[in-house]
Amino acid sequence: MKESIFIAKDVVKEYGDYIALNKVSITVPKGSIYGLLGPNGAGKTTLMRIINQITAPDSGSLIFDGAPLSKHHISDIGYLPEERGLYKKMKVGEQALYLAQLKGMSYDEALEKLKFWFEKLDILSWWNKKVEELSKGMAQKIQFVVTVIHEPKLLIFDEPFSGFDPINAAIIRKEILELSQKGTTIIFSTHRMESVEEICDHIALINKAQTILEGPIEKIKKQFANNSYEVITTDKVLNENDYFSIISQKETNYSLLLKEGKTQQEALQSIIQQTEIISFRKEIPSMEEIFIKAINNA
Amino acid sequence: MRKIWLIIKREYLVRVRKKAFIVMTIVGPLLMAALMIVPTYLANETQELRTIAIEEDGFEFTNQIENTDFLHFSKIPTEEATLLKNDFSESNYYALLYIEGDNFTLYSNQQISLTVSKAIENQLEKIIEHQKLKAAGIDLTILSEAQSIVHITTKIITEDGSTTNSKAEASMGIGFICGILIYMFIFMYGTMVMRGVIEEKTSRIVEVIISSVKPFQLMMGKILGVALVGLTQFALWILLTIAIASVAELMFMDASSMTTELNSTQQSILLSELSNLTGGINLMQIFVSFIFYFLAGYLMYSSLFAAVGSAVDAEADTQQFVLPITIPLILAFILIQPIMENPDGPLAFWMSIIPFTSPVIMMVRLPFGVANWELALSMGVLILSFILTTYLAGKIYRTGILMYGKKTSYKELWKWLSYKE
Repeated sequence: MKESIFIAKDVVKEYGDYIALNKVSITVPKGSIYGLLGPNGAGKTTLMRIINQITAPDSGSLIFDGAPLSKHHISDIGYLPEERGLYKKMKVGEQALYLAQLKGMSYDEALEKLKFWFEKLDILSWWNKKVEELSKGMAQKIQFVVTVIHEPKLLIFDEPFSGFDPINAAIIRKEILELSQKGTTIIFSTHRMESVEEICDHIALINKAQTILEGPIEKIKKQFANNSYEVITTDKVLNENDYFSIISQKETNYSLLLKEGKTQQEALQSIIQQTEIISFRKEIPSMEEIFIKAINNA
Repeated sequence: MRKIWLIIKREYLVRVRKKAFIVMTIVGPLLMAALMIVPTYLANETQELRTIAIEEDGFEFTNQIENTDFLHFSKIPTEEATLLKNDFSESNYYALLYIEGDNFTLYSNQQISLTVSKAIENQLEKIIEHQKLKAAGIDLTILSEAQSIVHITTKIITEDGSTTNSKAEASMGIGFICGILIYMFIFMYGTMVMRGVIEEKTSRIVEVIISSVKPFQLMMGKILGVALVGLTQFALWILLTIAIASVAELMFMDASSMTTELNSTQQSILLSELSNLTGGINLMQIFVSFIFYFLAGYLMYSSLFAAVGSAVDAEADTQQFVLPITIPLILAFILIQPIMENPDGPLAFWMSIIPFTSPVIMMVRLPFGVANWELALSMGVLILSFILTTYLAGKIYRTGILMYGKKTSYKELWKWLSYKE
């Protein structure tokens, strides 16, 4: 089994009568891009705050890189919260230096790394500007830089693309993927399923304070795939038989459902006998469909 | 520890560099100097010589009214007085005193200063009093012999048995100034902490920061940083006030008296006068206590202000929480006067022990002399309360800063206290 960077086991967190997390367990493999999904109020933010030691769980165990999560791990984790901002009256460079030093970097080290990142993202000219002079997207870029500046082993992004225009979102996505290739593990929380499909390889789905789904994305997709197929034929002559039923038809484009106990092979052969096939494809559910289905079933 | 130092540094530098701080630092001493200089200046102004015309049948009052250093009286004929009453602008008189039986009227073309009318009133009262005494058959010489003036010297017997002169006026002055300063300091810098917390919350930077440091560290860093801003401003005020006061002295004092330097004997006389004035007041104790109450009072209140800041989304929502915090402080401020009149009474005692009022009230009492055990008790209670309020405020703070868009109630705050970390 692949090594894990972070393991949470049976984590419980209550706020008075309100249960934010009810025995939540997740395992984040090293080097993965891990999507933390769930509807609003499911407990994602609480879980991320627990990983960042902003709050402590009432019970449950937390393992970071093989050891119980403790204060000195703060410099190994970078967190971009959903509710994020900067001091408006402070200058960009000064502020980035301050935040980098709070993460445990020395002044010189922080300065050097910041110059590197500012140059890389072509924002060096903002160094002496006040944050209030920047647009929201510009400020977001600086927040991204100060999140990754100390080169943590684990990066946690909560809705990282909100507030970015498509061009800058693409730049940030590219940077995130680059960091992942260098071996950084990334936990990624979002509502936008298309970005999950694009970049995540593992997911966990949290609903009503509980984990209802966890694992590699391919495995989950397989698990949710029902026996439906998309078939395109040359003419509109396809009829139902003992092997499959037709769910829907649009011109020569059919959606078929395999009957109980029949195999893909048998169905395919029965189609070939009827007509000529242009394409035959197993329908794989989108993350969005899985998301909705899993939550409705739960 | 390095992190809290970084926070203190940022909080301090950001505020000290602000224009508002620099302006306040310069304007503060100017205002203080103005407060000292303007009354003296105004007092000098009233010294100009004024002549009052008197119109009266006969010379009954004219003969008895006495010229003073800056008020001269002269009787004028009725015709002239009638003219004056119609048109005062041409005359050299400041006012016309018109006497008709028991009715006295002052005519003038300008607002008559209160000191002038009072001085005239006093003289007239005395004259009438003497007339009445005479009519009752009392000899004025006996009366003047019977009049006596007594000066009481008050002495305090200290614990080691020696006696010192007690100077109520100096005590009141020092106590009043210290009390007011502490009151101002707690208010100004307490709300500064509160505003800083609200700023972090509304700008949404707070979660970014507390992923690096504990909320408690952030809160304490801010409180201590602002405390240093306060101490800096206070020190600059003292220096600037001294500078401005000495410059002003040079300008307003008679040039001749300033050119001759004080020789050593004069200096020693001055010094002994000064120590005589403050005799019986332990200046060292006051100074040390002032710094203590200055800081401990601020620390206790500012942690509460920080908790309030964390519980709201905007400064406009702070009212309901700030009021209960400031009521004891305002109460202490209002009670400075009565407590100075009875600095050893039960009200004074309890208010100098209760931590919410003790920073102001103990400083007011201290120059009058306070037993050591009382001072120690007051300080001890204040330190304990500071630890307790900081602990409770920290609990509210760490929950509050992450709560957005929710109107917070007292019930809510109470619940936050029970949350685990």
